[in-house]
Amino acid sequence: MKKTLKKIWKWVDDRTGITENIVPIIQHPVPPKAKWAYVFGSATLFCFLLQVITGIALSLLYQPSSKDAYQSLLFITNTAKFGNILRGIHYFGASAMIILVGIHMIRVYITASYKYPREMNWISGVVLLLCTIFMGFTGQLLRWDSNGVWSSVVAAEQLGRTPFIGKYLGRLLLGGDTIGGQSLSRFYSYHVFIVPAMIFLFVGFHLYLVIRNGISEPPKAGRLVDPKTYRAWYKNLLKEKGVPFWPNAAWRDVMFSAIIIICIICAAVLFGAPALSGQPDPAVLHTTPKPDWYMVPFFALFALMPHKIESVAMLLGPLLTIVILFSIPFISNKGERSPIKRPWAMFGVICVFVFVISLLVIGLKAPWSPHFNTKQLPLSAIKSKSPDSTIVQGVHLFYAKGCEYCHKINNYGGVDGPNLTTIGRRLNGQELKIRIVNGGKNMPSYGGILSKDELNKIVAFLSSQN
Amino acid sequence: MSDESKKEISRRDFFLKISLGLAGVSAVAVAVPVVSALIAPLLEKKNQQWRTVGKMNDFQTGTTNLVTFINADPKPYAGVTAKSSAWLRRTDQNNFIAFAANCTHLGCPVRWEKDAHLFMCPCHGGVYYANGNVAGGPPPKPLTRYEVRLLNGEVQIKTAPIPLTTINASKST
Repeated sequence: MKKTLKKIWKWVDDRTGITENIVPIIQHPVPPKAKWAYVFGSATLFCFLLQVITGIALSLLYQPSSKDAYQSLLFITNTAKFGNILRGIHYFGASAMIILVGIHMIRVYITASYKYPREMNWISGVVLLLCTIFMGFTGQLLRWDSNGVWSSVVAAEQLGRTPFIGKYLGRLLLGGDTIGGQSLSRFYSYHVFIVPAMIFLFVGFHLYLVIRNGISEPPKAGRLVDPKTYRAWYKNLLKEKGVPFWPNAAWRDVMFSAIIIICIICAAVLFGAPALSGQPDPAVLHTTPKPDWYMVPFFALFALMPHKIESVAMLLGPLLTIVILFSIPFISNKGERSPIKRPWAMFGVICVFVFVISLLVIGLKAPWSPHFNTKQLPLSAIKSKSPDSTIVQGVHLFYAKGCEYCHKINNYGGVDGPNLTTIGRRLNGQELKIRIVNGGKNMPSYGGILSKDELNKIVAFLSSQN
Repeated sequence: MSDESKKEISRRDFFLKISLGLAGVSAVAVAVPVVSALIAPLLEKKNQQWRTVGKMNDFQTGTTNLVTFINADPKPYAGVTAKSSAWLRRTDQNNFIAFAANCTHLGCPVRWEKDAHLFMCPCHGGVYYANGNVAGGPPPKPLTRYEVRLLNGEVQIKTAPIPLTTINASKST
């Protein structure tokens, strides 16, 4: 029996060349001490494979049609066995992939692994980063709830700001003049066929380059990269100190990826899939579109950017970022690799990191959005202990006229405008009237909206807040 | 001998060129329908339609109401996405204004706050007055309007593409 199996294996091996061609690749030598810092790329790859597998499973249950997609989402979430967990894995897998691709990129940048001869590794990596972000965005659309519908409108609006061809780009994205039957078909094709095919292609290329150029050795301060001598030096390093990738280095990749995937599944079981917002009905306007967390920094940026430069920045910002990313290995491809000796590079990474995280944090709070859900201020929460009817009506008007959506009084209301809990101490009645009638930077002028009587009542109420 | 080998090479060269040419022809032939599918939205005709959204008497002067209508040429499989909506304001006996529901900042759905007499956008805090002018926040220009007409006591709105704020439009205001 054992003999027969051995014979079969020998035959297969001879005809396929596994031992001859594949094993040397798996066991190719890698520099020693390439330890835990090197696990993020492979973990990203495993997350991608997880996305492919769970994506295929979801496609068995999903209806890629503008008409029925939402119903099938409800089916997957509420009825299908393990459907909610499956969606959850796909969602948390996407989140993990975006985080890991970010960490991988930061690691490569701060250890300057993009320098000679690995420039093309970096460039193919940037393409993969862009593909990953695009997948994250289109994936959110495929949920085809009200969030999905309005997010696609927002994306079309952004494309619309492109000079000359903006309108056509927006039209191409939506598949027509308006959201309609053709919209989801296109998003489905982007998310399921076109971009995954590109990712497969570029992952293949990226891995081929890893084999061709070898993984970068951990940097050492003072050891410079010289394109003239580097390849020979690297070859020698591998010859003298190299260890086989499998199993000496690969076990860390496998362990880390397995832990990540187990964490993703735990998150999916614990939290389930992200909740669906309402029907994908473009006629239902009482909805608050909000992107998934990984798109929130963009969302925040558009709210905070000075409005005058917005149109230009909406186009130039992403374009410039992409150009800079692609040009990094050409700006400097030799010399020092150690982060200790490249303080400006480190400083840049910290700046970008802080910028993106701040945008994420503030975007999740979205202080610029009116709080439509706020409740009318109860009389117990106002300063006046025995309010007369003018003040009581003022409290009601403060809510009805939308003031409370943006102004907070004692934990009731929004935070876009100043907190008015003690406004009576800062402004007198006349000053309050001027503010309310004329409005301000982000505040409408209420002169044409409030009657004199209404204005007086609101002012009476606000003056009593002292 | 040397003559013969030259001939051989030119013969091979000939076939190489033919084969590459044929491959090119087949690629182009496939590309035509594939690219057509890719840019299909740009190739479609855009005939807009007048859609009835209600009777004149349904709308009181001074009020702003949500109206819904079917897009110009909905696909049979569009389901609810065949619909668009607008905010219809009756300014006086014979005049109506129909505002697109899309914020001119980034297209989010603005809602009419009837007591406050303002349109408000949930996304980035854009606010508009009842006449569609910007009252606050990031929007670069007033709410876009649909064409409206009155026909036999009915209010009709002319369908239009989702209003995209282009870079020029936002500069001019």
